[in-house]
Amino acid sequence: MSAAVLEMSPAATNPSASQDAVASLQQVTKRYKNGVTALDGLSMTLRRGEIVALLGPNGAGKSTAVKLMMGLSSPTSGAVSIFGADPRETTTRLRTGVMLQVGRAPEMLRVREHLNIFRGYYPNPMPYADIIKAAGLEGIEERMFGQLSGGQKQRVLFGIALAGDPDLLFLDEPTVGLDIEARRAMWSQIRALAARGKTVLLTTHYLEEADALAHRIIVINKGHIVCEGTPAEVKFMGSSNTAQASTKIIRCATTLSPELLSKIPGVTSVEPTTTLTIITTSQPEATLREMLALDQHLHSLEVQSPLLEDAFLALTSN
Amino acid sequence: MSTATYTLPAQRPSTLTIFLREIRYEVLRSLRTRAFSLSAIGFPIMFYVLFGLLMNRNENIAAGVSVAKYLLGGYAIFGSLGAAIFGIGVGVALDRSAGWLELKQASPMPPLAYLLSKCAMAMVFSLIIVSILTVLGIVAGHVHITPIEFLHIAVIAAIAAVPFSCLGLALAFSVPPASAGGIANLVYLPMSFLSGLWIPIKFLPHFLQTIAPIFPTYHLAQLMYGSLGAPSLGTLTSHITGILGFTAVMIGCAWIAFQRSEQNA
Repeated sequence: MSAAVLEMSPAATNPSASQDAVASLQQVTKRYKNGVTALDGLSMTLRRGEIVALLGPNGAGKSTAVKLMMGLSSPTSGAVSIFGADPRETTTRLRTGVMLQVGRAPEMLRVREHLNIFRGYYPNPMPYADIIKAAGLEGIEERMFGQLSGGQKQRVLFGIALAGDPDLLFLDEPTVGLDIEARRAMWSQIRALAARGKTVLLTTHYLEEADALAHRIIVINKGHIVCEGTPAEVKFMGSSNTAQASTKIIRCATTLSPELLSKIPGVTSVEPTTTLTIITTSQPEATLREMLALDQHLHSLEVQSPLLEDAFLALTSN
Repeated sequence: MSTATYTLPAQRPSTLTIFLREIRYEVLRSLRTRAFSLSAIGFPIMFYVLFGLLMNRNENIAAGVSVAKYLLGGYAIFGSLGAAIFGIGVGVALDRSAGWLELKQASPMPPLAYLLSKCAMAMVFSLIIVSILTVLGIVAGHVHITPIEFLHIAVIAAIAAVPFSCLGLALAFSVPPASAGGIANLVYLPMSFLSGLWIPIKFLPHFLQTIAPIFPTYHLAQLMYGSLGAPSLGTLTSHITGILGFTAVMIGCAWIAFQRSEQNA
């Protein structure tokens, strides 16, 4: 026992531990041989225990950024550092887990065999039973990978990412093909990992996922960071890009004409549909007061903040 | 202090353990993949039964060496080439296009474990094929083969898997994954024919006989024929040089193709 290393949970002993940088890209530029510049002087830092969502349209540079951090590709210029070391070092890889969009894994291996192959790479793998539970693989352990449904395959790949009980987890579109129940189960697992001090970087096309899961969202486009912040901050920045920060979207059934509605103070756009009218306004209270006064029969009223989706589109358009 | 957790010093799993596990599952996976295992083993057997056992019955290629015994050596090499070129050339190309190879590369697996497991798989298939061919030859072709002769041809078949695996790797990294299967056939069949695996090389046009030594299949087949007591061409040194040279060129090609694909990844 004297050789045993005493390891205290850093989160319990050091309240400022969440500020520790786990991974960083510093002024990273990645130019491919065909002349495409995927990343252009991009810098980002991941801290201990946080869930960061990397958002961007196709070709924005998301997967290039992830590949650089996984050590699958090297930057044209700039520095990539994971746990203060080179991502290609085996010692670094022992502390990271990866879930990639995989088109086809060896089909004639059982789920149990796949997990044990990957667990075998690590000195302190996550206990087998814990992986089964975390990835929701009960009952399909003896099945061949090729016999699984798309959602089950996705969960096996999540299990493989967890195999080494990693401190840093890269998840590329983790919930593609999952039904709502399985998606929420995976979200809660990801939250539980972050609560244990693990760092998670995920890319996703589901903005709802980034909104629900991430502590921080980094929006990138054309190799640059467009904005970064909490989901609320990103929504705020997205809306302030087009109009004012207090923008709300009003939906209701009204007899008022679009011409009249667009003259009401604060209204920035009116979009009549067959049943409802959708009004975007920068002064929701004033707009509503006016509308209710003018139309006594107004009904089916709904007031919404702009969705992250709208913010995202506003931020990445042009 | 009572809440502190004890962890043993991080002791990396031994590389040998990882290699052996990777090899075991790769062999298991290939055997379970019937579309591959049945054709890799079935093809050389079908050819041998047809040309070695049904046709040319009771004919001798030289004093004391029947056609059935002679072709046993050629089809063993043919089987070894098939297992490697389809198992590795096509298998690795698919792993690459599906993103599975990247997942493996991002893991702490020693990269050599992946390559060795593929090569070991080709070796296991070579040994299975040479064993089945030998049993068929003895049972159905009246082939007389001593245990020492069998040991020789089994070792040559296993060694054959190495240059063929390197050829498979070079193929996997240099051709588009979708066309890997077609290109594998374009290499597999002409190379087998031109090296005299199907019919003795002396029956080929003179020009083709002179270019045969560039193929590892030629050298391996000559070693096979020599071991079986049949007339063979060349010297042991020339065969070893030919096999090593081809292996080195293929490793070089695979390496360059791999580097190029990495840069464009």
